Amino acid sequence: MTALPPPSAKKLGLVIDLDTCVGCHACVTACKGWNDQGYGVPLSDQNAYGSEPSGTFLNRVHSYEVQPDQGPAQVINFPRSCLHCENAPCVTVCPTGASYKRAEDGIVLVNEDACIGCGLCAWACPYGARELDQAAGVMKKCTLCVDRIYNENLPEEDRQPACVRTCPAGARHFGDLGDPDSDVSKLVAERGGYDLMPEMDTKPVNKYLPPRPKGPEQQVDILAPLLDVKTTGFAGWLDRILEKI
Amino acid sequence: MHPAPSVIVFTTLSGAGFGLLAFLALGLLPVYGVQAFLIWGLGYGLAVIGLLASTFHLGNPQRAWRAFTQWRTSWLSREGWAAVAALLLLAPVALAAIFGGGLPPFFGLVGAAFCLATVIATSMIYTQLKTVPRWNFWATPALFLAFAATGGAIMTGQALMAAVLCALLAVLMIAAFKLGDQRFGEVGASMGSATGLGSVGKVRVLAQPHTGPNYLMKEMIHVVGRKHAATLRRIAVTLAAILPGLMLLFMPPHPFVLAVIAAIHLMGAFAARWLFFAEAEHVVGLYYGQR
Repeated sequence: MTALPPPSAKKLGLVIDLDTCVGCHACVTACKGWNDQGYGVPLSDQNAYGSEPSGTFLNRVHSYEVQPDQGPAQVINFPRSCLHCENAPCVTVCPTGASYKRAEDGIVLVNEDACIGCGLCAWACPYGARELDQAAGVMKKCTLCVDRIYNENLPEEDRQPACVRTCPAGARHFGDLGDPDSDVSKLVAERGGYDLMPEMDTKPVNKYLPPRPKGPEQQVDILAPLLDVKTTGFAGWLDRILEKI
Repeated sequence: MHPAPSVIVFTTLSGAGFGLLAFLALGLLPVYGVQAFLIWGLGYGLAVIGLLASTFHLGNPQRAWRAFTQWRTSWLSREGWAAVAALLLLAPVALAAIFGGGLPPFFGLVGAAFCLATVIATSMIYTQLKTVPRWNFWATPALFLAFAATGGAIMTGQALMAAVLCALLAVLMIAAFKLGDQRFGEVGASMGSATGLGSVGKVRVLAQPHTGPNYLMKEMIHVVGRKHAATLRRIAVTLAAILPGLMLLFMPPHPFVLAVIAAIHLMGAFAARWLFFAEAEHVVGLYYGQR
């Protein structure tokens, strides 16, 4: 059913730390790697070795330059994937019931066997979280690695989304954002985690942590003393002679 | 948004078709026998070709029947139901006109109501999307209804009514263009709100996440052809509304003349619908620094 379930107590999601992300795209690769062989059809590529390669990804990393009023510009790497919104517009527009939000933990999923590939859910999403797989003709999106997080065949430390597990910088955190005492909820409270495009009324579960405020720019030129060279001996004599000529 | 031919054909032809069927259902054109067969056939043909075209852009059209299941929440599903209901309910009315035999006008009224519902549901598929501010306001259903009514009035030879509807359509088209231009700004989405970094400073793209195009960019960041938008707007208003309106007023309502007027109106409607998609900007473009 594409009616949204009543808000669940458990809200699984990600917290992404924009202060820590180094923009290595490891989460993109890990996501594609895991989701190529697990849940649903593989994430196809088109013309992968040609002049204009393209393909289906569930996670993309943008890089922005942010220029504050004062001080130097900052580079912010910005991973973008499904935010598992509480008020998910992609779910209610679906004509077939393929797009749904789980009542038990809030994960937004696509039942690929029922998806007709009309693309309306991708149009309804403000965040570009959904991509229509060009080979299979069905909509693909982040599953929050639902086939990892509950998978008892995996060691416990691996029961988290592939992107979180792989992040070498520790910029991605997974947990229950419906529980105010969870680590992720505390992190959001402490660091002022925010929603993307709140004007769209989607109520995202995933939160982003802003870059930490930078201190004043330090105008210390560590090379300055080295440039002021005083010559001595023969070189000093030559220096004085040459200046007089 | 990418102006896919399938959705342009779908919305334009099915709109005109259901408009024509509604006018016929209301008994505004008393025709019988072969004439009735031809004009009802035109109405059904336009509506059905339009609906079939809508399945061409599906990734898995063999499962299209599933689109009838979610009428409680989905406008796309409601559109399917309304369209099928209208076509089925009007079948006895059409048969009665062709083969003779009276049906109480109630049958036609109900069928016309479902034609109206179909056009509204089609327009709501686009109007409901907050992500495309240009579509997300009252002008979208108003325009879809005006196009359907104008097409229906022209094709049933209601010259005076059609001329009035042409004038209304012209006003609505211009209003939709002008008000639509301001919609993105009114919604207030920006690169700052999309990334949440607006509070830190001015945001610009430093590097795109991928070097080639992807589905999102092809589908939702269509910038090709926008440079001719101003010219196309004039062409669309002229062909869809102004020229047909003048011809209706000053030329005899001969079937051949009406056919020419209808063809000109449909060309304008196609141009307008192309612009409807090509000019619509999706907020996801903000992540790419593009609109």
